Amino acid sequence: MSRPIEEKLLFEKDHPGRVGASVPPSDVPEVDPRTLFGDMVRGAAPAFLPEMSEVDVVRHFTRLSTYNYAVDFGLYPLGSCTMKYNPKINEEVARLEGFARLHPLQPESTTQGALELMATLQNALCAITGMDACTLQPAAGAHGEFTGVQLIRAYLENQGDARKVMLIPDSAHGTNPASAHFSGYAVEQIQSGPDGCVDLEALKARMKPDVAAIMLTVPNTLGIFEKNIAQICRILHANGSQVYVDGANLNALMGITRPGDWGADVMHINLHKTFSTPHGGGGPGAGPVACKAHLEPYLPRPVLAKKEGRYLWDRDRPKSIGKVLGFNGNFLVLVRALCYIETMGADGLKRASELAVLNANYMRSKLRPLLELGFDGPTLHEVVFCDKGLPGGVTTLDLAKRLIDYGFHPPTVYFPLIVHGALMIEPTETEPREEMDRFVEAVAAIVKEAEENPAYVKAAPHNAYRRRLDEVAAARNPRLTYKP
Amino acid sequence: MNIPSDLKYTKSHEWIRVEGNVGTAGITDFAQQELGDIVFVEAPAQGSAVAAGAPMGSVESVKAVSEINAPASGTVSAVNADLTDHPELLNADPYGKGWILKITFANTGELSGLMDAAAYAAYVAESAH
Amino acid sequence: MRYLPASEEDIRQMLGAIGAERVSDLFASIPEDLRLKGPLDLPEAVAEPVLRERFVTRSIRNSSPTCRPCFLGAGAYDHYAPAPIDQLLMRAEFYTAYTPYQPEMAQGTLQAIFEFQTMMADLTGMDVSNASLYDGASSVAEAALMAHRIHRGSTVLVARSVHPAYREVLRTYTKHLGFTIAEVPYGADGRLDLAALKGALNPDVCLVLAGQPNFFGVVEDLKAVAGALEGDKKPLLGAVVAEALSLALIEPPGACGADMVCGEARSFGLPLGYGGPYLGFISTRQAHMRQLPGRIVGETVDADNRRGFVLTLTTREQHIRREKATSNICSNEGLCMLAATIYLASMGRKGLRDLALQNLSKAEYLKAALRAKGIQPLFGAPTFNEFAVRVPSAEKATDAAYKADLLGGYDLGREYPELEGGYLLCATERVSKLACDRLAALLGGLS
Repeated sequence: MSRPIEEKLLFEKDHPGRVGASVPPSDVPEVDPRTLFGDMVRGAAPAFLPEMSEVDVVRHFTRLSTYNYAVDFGLYPLGSCTMKYNPKINEEVARLEGFARLHPLQPESTTQGALELMATLQNALCAITGMDACTLQPAAGAHGEFTGVQLIRAYLENQGDARKVMLIPDSAHGTNPASAHFSGYAVEQIQSGPDGCVDLEALKARMKPDVAAIMLTVPNTLGIFEKNIAQICRILHANGSQVYVDGANLNALMGITRPGDWGADVMHINLHKTFSTPHGGGGPGAGPVACKAHLEPYLPRPVLAKKEGRYLWDRDRPKSIGKVLGFNGNFLVLVRALCYIETMGADGLKRASELAVLNANYMRSKLRPLLELGFDGPTLHEVVFCDKGLPGGVTTLDLAKRLIDYGFHPPTVYFPLIVHGALMIEPTETEPREEMDRFVEAVAAIVKEAEENPAYVKAAPHNAYRRRLDEVAAARNPRLTYKP
Repeated sequence: MNIPSDLKYTKSHEWIRVEGNVGTAGITDFAQQELGDIVFVEAPAQGSAVAAGAPMGSVESVKAVSEINAPASGTVSAVNADLTDHPELLNADPYGKGWILKITFANTGELSGLMDAAAYAAYVAESAH
Repeated sequence: MRYLPASEEDIRQMLGAIGAERVSDLFASIPEDLRLKGPLDLPEAVAEPVLRERFVTRSIRNSSPTCRPCFLGAGAYDHYAPAPIDQLLMRAEFYTAYTPYQPEMAQGTLQAIFEFQTMMADLTGMDVSNASLYDGASSVAEAALMAHRIHRGSTVLVARSVHPAYREVLRTYTKHLGFTIAEVPYGADGRLDLAALKGALNPDVCLVLAGQPNFFGVVEDLKAVAGALEGDKKPLLGAVVAEALSLALIEPPGACGADMVCGEARSFGLPLGYGGPYLGFISTRQAHMRQLPGRIVGETVDADNRRGFVLTLTTREQHIRREKATSNICSNEGLCMLAATIYLASMGRKGLRDLALQNLSKAEYLKAALRAKGIQPLFGAPTFNEFAVRVPSAEKATDAAYKADLLGGYDLGREYPELEGGYLLCATERVSKLACDRLAALLGGLS
């Protein structure tokens, strides 16, 4: 196909009289809703539920799909997002009817297979992180952060004082301060030192009784391992404070080092990053939280337990922070994650982390002649470049948009905030070398274009389904639903 | 960059035009340039009290939010309703049609703490380095 | 390992380019004493054919509605999802993509979100909707945070007839934010007690939450609830819709005076999946759009003036406003949102209404069949596809149903001590008349 077809909106394809799904014939007498509901019967039929045949529906969404980029096309180097390959066997097993059609409130005696699966995953996550206990209830990374901070708060409160302040480095994801805020903590930003790590002396000076905890992403969003992490844990603990580790970048560490062994108290794990479950165009994810034994009594209820060889949900958890999700967590995501862990095994997971770091360092060394590093120190699974030295007045955004023309999804841009015009690249372990080489060649070509014809780069993309979109107009005059 | 000589300025890049007991305030040409295309302005409601130096609203571009601090203490006596549908006025005419609100002063003595145009020009030149 | 393309030769060459001798050298920044000394305490890798069998075994050690008609609802309803949905979700362009940060190469996802927002706003009778939240329970919590930002009051009045798990999550979310969460009782007919609501109102109440239908399946008179709210510090009215299919048949909350609608849209083409992933949603009036949590897509044009879609109003979100964001949510339930969009397009306005009508008719049939066997409804108000009855023992009812190869109802006594012996039953298009008759006979025979 040369150019993608311009697909209209569903509402412009409405074709009254067409049917896209079969409602089974009813075997009971039809009730008149008016006699039951009176004036609570729906008056107007929804205008924007289109009438289409199954063919129309399938073509519509298939055409839409052609406007998207995806991991199955090629390198998707979004830093801190860990866009690794999504194994196909995971999709198959998650669709087994014995998982997909389970009702969340079925008696435990009828769901032993699902509960065994969840228990196995909890144990695996504890083994990988060096933690003692785990909940699978949180639905995404930020949801896990909120849960973890709530655990800290409940624990400190039980010790007599919930405290007031959450310390968060300036390189952190925005979800960290937001999660702390919604747990009732005041957020205090701590500046990264010149090496991109936490400044130990400044941290020591800040140790007062009002500090509840620190939230650290390790390795951080610059890809740098927090070399003093064990000491940081000791400093915080000596102050009666807790240490939260944001596990967004766990893909660098599996089988190599474990947050539990550093002294961290609690962390979340993004199954849709490290454990290969698909990102789905923005979820669903899963954000299990693993913690040390002293936080275990506070885990969201119910907690999975085993009695006389049978699994059951223990609801009698008086210290629990309460539920964070309506039911049992994003179970079908958990199925995929366990399938991945059992596929890889202990050695495979370690190998994955090693190769993720190898790939990132390979891209770093190949891109260094073309771009300036944000920070100079050694990096693990991702690398951050800055916009310094980009020729022809070309910005990070221009470079990113021009990469689209070369058939690549751009890296994460303008994050972390502490690097000017940041370009954050994470290839993951599932990228073949030649794909990374192709990306490096594209960057080299764009840098050359920027010298010779910057205006062309600044107008990119030229070959995508859409050229640059007017985000200013969208925000000034929001049109959030279809208006005929 | 435009820095009218008849206005007073704050370090957080607001301006105020003093006319007797009432001041008209907005953000400076420098501030609108730094933010880029402004897409939304959040101003305090008419009749609310504002305190000098404290946040009283915000201006947003597509990817950033910047607080507006009150240049003086007092009561909001008028708000520029045109900005709701035309936030771009802040970019096009920051000292004219892009005014944000009028404040009836609680204490005109406070105004002596603000910068004049020359001082503000020097301040901007310095903070650009 | 089949997911790891690097051969030994690739590794040698890459190390050469980096200037390192061994892969382990790349981890030099991790202090030696923090390194794991032995292997991870996990089993060795399992080959795909063996692993598939293991998962099949795990899956058949569960008993699902595949082989048992399901009368269990309580926030998760057993509906059929047309085959095209899963086939389309399996397109790698959808499920292996991420959040549409680069709109020029994500128009497929963005257009689908825009379509979803339009359909959800239309179904709920609201002006705008966001792109999804985790689930119904967390959507209730987000609605409370949102109402507080709009109204400034800190008291939420939530009907005791709202889903118990939703109320618990609401408490978890607001626990440390200075909220007061108070419950409004239900009346003898199962509807929200309007007199009690009026008595509980005060100027600090920012939000009144009522289920529609409520947890007992009862259709609330939402217009009367809206009418009970008055004064200049009038709270917002939020409708909690745990069974989105009901929207096709019941007057949308927006037409009844609600200010926001939140809830669970899993019924639109998603599997029961033992509780997740589900599909939370929230919709509201235009005036409140800047207080919405999560992602929102807007229409715009590209440099050639062609229609396109982008993430918009992003300054509300955590990546820009950090601790001042409207929510901490980042990843939402993107692929679930897509499933619902495909579902709604497949059903269309007529199909969805027909299906809702069939659900209502099945439930009414079951209700009558139970009555004939001496099992009486607990409440008198009209219901949609779920209703409560009184049984001698909920536990015995569930056991007996299971022995007869049926998945029985929900024991209301578990969360409502005052309703001991209350049993919540739902009937969707997937239970037959015969199954209803069998259940009625069985429950009628209990003592």
